[in-house]
Amino acid sequence: MLKHKIQELMNEPGCATNQAKSDKDRKKGCGKSLVPGAAAGGCAFDGAKIALQPITDVVHLVHGPIACEGNSWDGRNSWSTGSDLYRRGFTTDMGNLDIVNGGEKKLYRAIKQAVAKHNPPAVFVYQTCVGALIGDDVDAVCKAATERLGVPVIPVNAPGFVGSKNLGNRLAGEALFEHVIGTVEPDDVGPTDINILGEYNVAGELDQFRPLLARLGIRLRASITGDGRYKEVAACHTARANMVLCSQALITLARKMKEKWDIPYYEGSFYGISDTSEALRNIARMLVERGADPTLTQRTEDLIAEEEAKAWAALEQYKPRLKGKKVLLYTGGVKSWSVIQALQEVGMEVVGSSVRKATEADKKKALERLGGDEEKLADAITPRDMYAMFKDGKADMMLSGGRSQFVALKARTPWIDINQERHHGFAAYEGMVTLIREIDLSINNPIWAQVRAPAPWDQE
Amino acid sequence: MALIVDHNKALSSSPLKISAPLGAALAFMGMKGCLPMFHGSQGCTAFALVMMVRHFREAIPLQTTAMNEISTILGGMEQVEQGLLNIAKRAKPEIIGLISTALTETRGEDMSGDVKTIRARNKELNDIAVIDVSAPDFAGSLETGWGKAVSAIIRRLAEPAEGHAKLNRVNLLPGCHLTPGDIEALKDIITDFGLEVAVLPDLSDSLDGHVPESYMPTTLGGTSVGAVREMGRAKLTIAIGEHMRISAQTLEAKTGVPFVVLDRVTGLEAVDRLMVCLSTVAGVPVPARQRRARSQLVDAMLDGHFYFGGRSVAIAGEPALVWTLGKLAADMGATIGAAVTTQAQAQLSELPAERVIVGDFEDLEDQILEAGGCDLILANSNGRQVATRHGIPLFRVGFPVFDRLGAAHQVSAGYRGTRDLITQLGNILMERPGHGHGHGHVHSEQTHGHSAATAG
Repeated sequence: MLKHKIQELMNEPGCATNQAKSDKDRKKGCGKSLVPGAAAGGCAFDGAKIALQPITDVVHLVHGPIACEGNSWDGRNSWSTGSDLYRRGFTTDMGNLDIVNGGEKKLYRAIKQAVAKHNPPAVFVYQTCVGALIGDDVDAVCKAATERLGVPVIPVNAPGFVGSKNLGNRLAGEALFEHVIGTVEPDDVGPTDINILGEYNVAGELDQFRPLLARLGIRLRASITGDGRYKEVAACHTARANMVLCSQALITLARKMKEKWDIPYYEGSFYGISDTSEALRNIARMLVERGADPTLTQRTEDLIAEEEAKAWAALEQYKPRLKGKKVLLYTGGVKSWSVIQALQEVGMEVVGSSVRKATEADKKKALERLGGDEEKLADAITPRDMYAMFKDGKADMMLSGGRSQFVALKARTPWIDINQERHHGFAAYEGMVTLIREIDLSINNPIWAQVRAPAPWDQE
Repeated sequence: MALIVDHNKALSSSPLKISAPLGAALAFMGMKGCLPMFHGSQGCTAFALVMMVRHFREAIPLQTTAMNEISTILGGMEQVEQGLLNIAKRAKPEIIGLISTALTETRGEDMSGDVKTIRARNKELNDIAVIDVSAPDFAGSLETGWGKAVSAIIRRLAEPAEGHAKLNRVNLLPGCHLTPGDIEALKDIITDFGLEVAVLPDLSDSLDGHVPESYMPTTLGGTSVGAVREMGRAKLTIAIGEHMRISAQTLEAKTGVPFVVLDRVTGLEAVDRLMVCLSTVAGVPVPARQRRARSQLVDAMLDGHFYFGGRSVAIAGEPALVWTLGKLAADMGATIGAAVTTQAQAQLSELPAERVIVGDFEDLEDQILEAGGCDLILANSNGRQVATRHGIPLFRVGFPVFDRLGAAHQVSAGYRGTRDLITQLGNILMERPGHGHGHGHVHSEQTHGHSAATAG
């Protein structure tokens, strides 16, 4: 069962990378084999949890030994404007005896207790390696619990060993498609309802573009899953259009929603100024095509013109402070290209952009914005080489995720987190101005001169 | 006397427990030129790595055998072999800690046997110490894994003195509740007696937050393999924390070096015992600096006791931490309103508390409510939700502390460490109104209602 699902996910027709492959390569699937002793990144369970945890009002229960939840709970920076139930860690904390005797009964009791104490609209149950290995049937327990407790209990079948974090993201999408979406019929369907897929409200980014949508009269039916509510996600099949951010994670879900409920989707990004405009344009287009008030098109253009002008004007003051500074982008995916334009606009030089997690389409866009200089497209850079780039002055700063931060900092080089642990939202027009401001604060901080200078007794 | 209660709940809510493999990895962080590897799914490594990075704000060398579906069914020896060879090639470490996880233990991997086979057929591993540690997630917690790793390192590397003269040296086996700052302080104290010290593991040399001059793919410092081999030449081993007893016994069995286990090194009487011990080994009187520091601690206790008397503290952490902090709070006249730990450890029954619960942060919250509130919570950063919900100050201790700077440099060991801890806690209590009489105490009914509203 799980195997078929994984095979299907690996052969996603809606995926640009997959489309570009030869028949032979496509058959192999997209699972990169992980190299022992040289691997980095989370497992499938991690990916599934990341994708679903931002649903704020449900119990997220992990069926496994302590490491899976005990070592990770409340560690993501996804914000909520409502319930904070999602920030509590729930686990069956399997011990010796559970492994010998099987953990199904314990899991059922755990679900029952969680429902009794927190009265959530649903419970998500995550399978892990050990539960899968001893043959605990999470699907069956969830089914029984749903029937007996009268609360939807959703199995998320993505044990760590089946693959990477990205595969886990997709399996999370499968769980939503199979068990959640379409189970609630709302009574307030509107002509301008949309869903956003693959947005996790990190550092509150949703509210950097939700107000823009509101100004255009567009309603966010469901955010999947940042700041999400269970009932909204369950009713999201009634939306008129889907906007897919971070397409590698939930593209299959978008395609299946198109097939089943005829919801068109657009893959885009709210990172970067012109990309935000492009996203708004496409949302408006899809809605008008599906019968929304045609004046939406012009209203969208007006809003774009106003917001773009405001954003570019706000960036003006940073030009003299950032001109000529060399920045290394080490992120992958959408951000490998979407922030380049704003960086260039303030006069910074992007000396390299990593495209290791990016799709072919992402790579093409990055290359375009880097003036066709292929040398600047980096795959994975080893920490040693990266350290050398900073020491040799080939880059003045780095934008990356937390994993590589100490390579920069230990080389006494400014660094900003633009991945999931970031503390500032960098989405849409406002977010891009925030990013440039953060870069200015970092690169022009007075500490650099002092921390780089040798101690008096080490000076020539 | 406290009753140790383990409800053995089906549902753990807001876990306190950290996994044993992470504890083992943390111990290897105190070994020089080390790159440990989990034998498990890559997520096991990713979670542990992120947690340590957030706590120490340092790069953490930790690899994975990246078990997949096929190797989970057929066996993981090939993954272990590839992993070891890859690490040897890329990072050139002196020592690799190979740590099992729940996944590989559940399927019954023979890691020790596999390592022997792998070493026999790969000579590129000849110069690297490979220490395998069995530390499944489903048994014990952070302390357990740390202790198992230290014992494994000793079993593999320590040698009897045989023929070599004894040195004027002591071995120090710090528990995992001690910070790099604590270890540094203990090293200072020991050398103050004119003694040399060999610390295993030495986080104060690797995770003390310093800036090396070049890029390092392994740990930045720590105990060298050679230093462990020489541990047989010490006069005495001092183990700190009950969870280090087995390691100390192992070292004695291996080398003949006698040991003492100090239950803690925080608090006047506790540090006095350390001083007497060191003075006896070194054959010198307690140095003037330490006597002065003792006097300062006595003064801090005199100045500070006003703010502790009658106040109620809630403590959550690994057994050694709960013991250390609980004793200090009691020493200063505070009561222990709630105590939650990760495993039933016999010594905790001697804490002056009604109960010690083996549980999670939900248990801590319930205990606090039952006690009608408390004045201070001592716990890791995951205690912040409970603290915020009830408006009780949280003093961050233990692991992980990810929302404050300087977790590695918090010192509570020795006279000075105790003095500074009393000062910090006293200052928080001084600022808290009510002085244990009503104000600032939560009303349990109201709080229940509030938490239900935010959870709904």
